[in-house]
Amino acid sequence: MKFAAPLLSVLLVLAAATTATGQTKTKQQSPPSKPSPPVHAVNPDRGQQVFKQNCSRCHNAPEGFGPSISGTIAMHMRVRANLSKDDYTALLRFLNP
Amino acid sequence: MQPSISQIRFLGKPRIIGLMTFALFLLCTSWQSRAQDTPLLSGGGGFFTNTTGGNTNYQFVIEPLLAAPVGKHFLIESRAYLDESYSPKGDGQSGYSGTGFIALTYLQGSYFLSPHVTVTGGSFLLPFNTYNDRLSPIWISNFQDGPLISSLGTLSTGTGLGGMLAGSAVSKPKYSIDYKAWFSARSGNEQFDTQRSAGARASLYLPEKRLEVGLSYDKQLQGVREHFYGAHAWWEPANTAFRLRSEFARGFHAQGYWIEADYRTQAFGGLNSWIGRFEPLFRIQQSFRRDTIASDGLPLVNTQRADFGLDYNLLHSTRIITSYSRQFASTGDENIWETGIVYRFLFPAWKAR
Repeated sequence: MKFAAPLLSVLLVLAAATTATGQTKTKQQSPPSKPSPPVHAVNPDRGQQVFKQNCSRCHNAPEGFGPSISGTIAMHMRVRANLSKDDYTALLRFLNP
Repeated sequence: MQPSISQIRFLGKPRIIGLMTFALFLLCTSWQSRAQDTPLLSGGGGFFTNTTGGNTNYQFVIEPLLAAPVGKHFLIESRAYLDESYSPKGDGQSGYSGTGFIALTYLQGSYFLSPHVTVTGGSFLLPFNTYNDRLSPIWISNFQDGPLISSLGTLSTGTGLGGMLAGSAVSKPKYSIDYKAWFSARSGNEQFDTQRSAGARASLYLPEKRLEVGLSYDKQLQGVREHFYGAHAWWEPANTAFRLRSEFARGFHAQGYWIEADYRTQAFGGLNSWIGRFEPLFRIQQSFRRDTIASDGLPLVNTQRADFGLDYNLLHSTRIITSYSRQFASTGDENIWETGIVYRFLFPAWKAR
């Protein structure tokens, strides 16, 4: 258990950082948010292409997930499949139109 | 499913720390989830049997994955491996003996630095060739067993502890190039056992041809300082459910390759018809020992293996995977029969606000 203390320390720092991030975000919510880049409007099929060419090349599409995790899935795929920001945005709109 | 897959590391005594880590991450990331960014729990659970040379092993596996965004630019991600294996006691004894372990496969944080650069820190899967970081989860693998050469270039544990730069260097309609480059420190920590190493992978993808080719290189920066070279090619012809994947890897003391093909027909009512859910598979693989020094996980003699599989994709993200393999080696040929059922789950870690 000699690693428990440093591990807990890291997690506590992470928790503090997380809380701080949340507070910052709350402050930033007051001005109107910028509109997202119109990737979907330019090419509505782009998100589907990104999904086919990246996600479904490795695995079947998971069945029936809710919109509450669509952003997390898109971020996960951005990391796993090395998506550019534009492709990530297109995928996000495809998953949660 | 062999428990000795390269990226799995044993936690042994402090199993509880792995569970604590997961639980605390859930708590740590719970405060500021946005509408679409609720942390998720995904992964797979499965039951597998493996009969090699007449000896049968039974395995229950759960491989959970946690992904938790922190703001818009940071993602924490971790995967674990929980296993219970049983096999007959043998030597005339009745009953079964069992072993179990919990392993933390990786635990990483990724920051989206720019549209084309993502910085990852922590414990991460080594992106040498494609199997280790893309195909190894139980809910993705077509076969229960990884390729014979999966330990080449992945430096025993399959993970690094340090930093990685990754991203899409170019993303055009006709082609894209992506890259990953990492440095890993040496660590003897029971939970993050890694070797000092550095490496990179670059891939070219042609969307119209549905063809990807890539090269990998890494170097062990401790001990024998071995170099590893890898190449991969994937091809999925458009408008078909045919996939061809292959890899080659070479180290100082061994080298090998594998080629895998799988297909689902769309001719009888599409992929979701009862016929379309069948997925026949074939994989051919060979490993060659270049000398008698075994610094990797490859067989000690030249080995050839043919795997014939038939998977069935059930409803609700459940998959039956079966295969028969014939392995040829100078130490003896053997038959390997494997069956299993895998359920893939995906749900929010808690109710979104």
